[in-house]
Amino acid sequence: MALGNTKTLGKFVVVTLGMFGFGFALVPFYYKICEVTGINAGAEQSLAKNTQVDTSRWVTLEFDANTNSGLPWQFKPEMRTMKVHPGQLVQVEYDVTNTSDQAMVGQAVPSYGPARAAAFFKKIECFCFTPQTLAAGESRRMPVLFVLDPGMDRDVHTVTLSYTFFNTEKKAQTGSGKSLPHG
Amino acid sequence: MSDAAHAHDDHSHGHPSGIMRWLTTTNHKDIGTLYLGFAFIMLFTAGSMALLIRAELFQPGLQITNPDFFNQLTTLHGLIMVFGVIMPAFSGFANWQVPLMLGAPDMAFPRMNNWAFWVLPVAGLMLMGSFLLPGGAVAGGWTMYPPLFIQGGISYDLTILAVHIMGLSSIMGSINIATTILNMRAPGLTLMKMPLFCWTWLITAYLLIATMPVLAGAVTMLLTDRNFGTHFFNAAGGGDPVMFQHIFWFFAHPEVYILILPAFGIVSQVIPTFARKPLFGYASMVYATASIAILSFIVWAHHMFTVGMPVAAQLFFMFSTMLIAVPTGVKVFNWVATMWKGSLTFETPMLFAIAFVCLFTIGGFSGLVLAMAPVDIQVHDTYYVVAHFHYVLVSGALFAIFAGSYYWLPKWTGHMYDETLGKWHFWLSVIGMNIVFFPMHFLGLAGMPRRIPDYALQFTEFNQIATVGAFIFGFSQLIFLVVVLKAIKGGAKATDQVWEGAEGLEWTLPSPAPYHTFETAPVVK
Repeated sequence: MALGNTKTLGKFVVVTLGMFGFGFALVPFYYKICEVTGINAGAEQSLAKNTQVDTSRWVTLEFDANTNSGLPWQFKPEMRTMKVHPGQLVQVEYDVTNTSDQAMVGQAVPSYGPARAAAFFKKIECFCFTPQTLAAGESRRMPVLFVLDPGMDRDVHTVTLSYTFFNTEKKAQTGSGKSLPHG
Repeated sequence: MSDAAHAHDDHSHGHPSGIMRWLTTTNHKDIGTLYLGFAFIMLFTAGSMALLIRAELFQPGLQITNPDFFNQLTTLHGLIMVFGVIMPAFSGFANWQVPLMLGAPDMAFPRMNNWAFWVLPVAGLMLMGSFLLPGGAVAGGWTMYPPLFIQGGISYDLTILAVHIMGLSSIMGSINIATTILNMRAPGLTLMKMPLFCWTWLITAYLLIATMPVLAGAVTMLLTDRNFGTHFFNAAGGGDPVMFQHIFWFFAHPEVYILILPAFGIVSQVIPTFARKPLFGYASMVYATASIAILSFIVWAHHMFTVGMPVAAQLFFMFSTMLIAVPTGVKVFNWVATMWKGSLTFETPMLFAIAFVCLFTIGGFSGLVLAMAPVDIQVHDTYYVVAHFHYVLVSGALFAIFAGSYYWLPKWTGHMYDETLGKWHFWLSVIGMNIVFFPMHFLGLAGMPRRIPDYALQFTEFNQIATVGAFIFGFSQLIFLVVVLKAIKGGAKATDQVWEGAEGLEWTLPSPAPYHTFETAPVVK
């Protein structure tokens, strides 16, 4: 009898430990289930549904990237061109590498072509909002999240977004780094 | 056997006496008494908190408490009533009754049994002691949801540890009970001949062994999120607070059946005794209990319809929840059919059992209402929910505990309890209970949110009615205390069978049950 009880105890202890592990396994399990079945509506719910998309026209976007001569960095967009509807939320990425052997601070300044499109290019998040510090040899992928305002003139079919990275080391020392034009 | 009965106190083989007898005891009857005593003390502790809550809610505005202390009261009231009252009380019944009903000499693991009980008061002290810590006790609700539970002070860590300890205690207790039931039945007592109380506890033990470790995992994750920089539930670190709700309710929905299945078992013993008829549909009772337990694992998300679930998931959890009404309906039908054309008498245990059947059914119906996702989203976190779970836990679990206490008290103490006081206790409880909780349905439907110390003026009248009922209900429990103490001290001598219609091995023993019983197993035909 006592031997039988010990065997039963062993089985129950195994189940207990297994269920303790199962509690932790539920974490990746839930994420996986939601991913596979797409039933986690949370991701879409967190962004308000955009009803302002003007699907009646396409605008071609061109992305351009330059560095000022004072900054030995490599800087290029992931994608050169893309077609979007005005009003659509767009995310693009840029890659930057500090090829020098010392840490440097740079800040990107955007410009737009045609210039009248600038007022309709609404950036929500951009690496150009803040100075970027890169260690020697460091690479970084940086996002820009924006919406092209549907109010933009209908005769604009192509918009170019061009960034130039400037060395802000000297200005940062004098404390005027923040006054760089950005946005 | 009956000679040994009279000498039962001297029969403890040189056991230590006084406090050491209780600290070191491995006797299932002593441990059962300890569990029941602990549950009794905790009932008055958490009950006093409930009365403070109701006193604050007697009028709109803040009179007695401040909002933070009010939240501490609601949180601790919930935690203690679940883990410190209902669960230990059922463990106490199991410790006393399972070996007696099965013809076993003791529990399978007496030493572990001692541990399972004695860690409980430690957890109780940690919970109550946290009131004295800076910041006070936990105030994040008994469900321990992050982000609140990640942000609180030191008492939150203490509470998590207390939950670990209480979980460990009930896992040890369940392994013990399940092993006893599986391995130590008297010869001839097959599983399908067992008293239904043993069946419900066997299934409850399985539920506890399967889900308590999941709760332990969930609160461990809270603990590491709080102290060791993990981000299971911390959105700032890529975690998801809703994840906690999923894991918690995966435990806590089976937990609500853990809180009610032993009550079903007690009522299924009491009703046949006082109807003087065997239980109607024994096999269907067993299968209904098992299917409730299995279904309890696939309905957890009906507690969280408002977190933003896709419609398909809402429909699944809504229909699977409604499915549980079927086996529950089978049970209620069987209890009523047992009473049908029986020779009923209405002693206190039977009164509580009948009140259980009626009032638990009301709680079951409001549960069905809440199962409907569109309705639930309206009344989520309102007093309607409070009314629902108090109908199933107070007039359900607690009334069954009262029924069982009156039913077995003569067997435990050897004395009949005071029937007049018992009836007073019953009627005041059943009337008081309905005065507290019935108006809460209306408050909830009218939109009064739960867990808030203040409320809009139009809710005043119903809150005042509820508070008056709460004080009637609360103070009438003192009658129960008197009844139990009187029965321990003395009273009319109970016969071996105690109740005319009682059947089963425990009623073949003398009253009070001797310290050691069934040292040679009885044979069941």
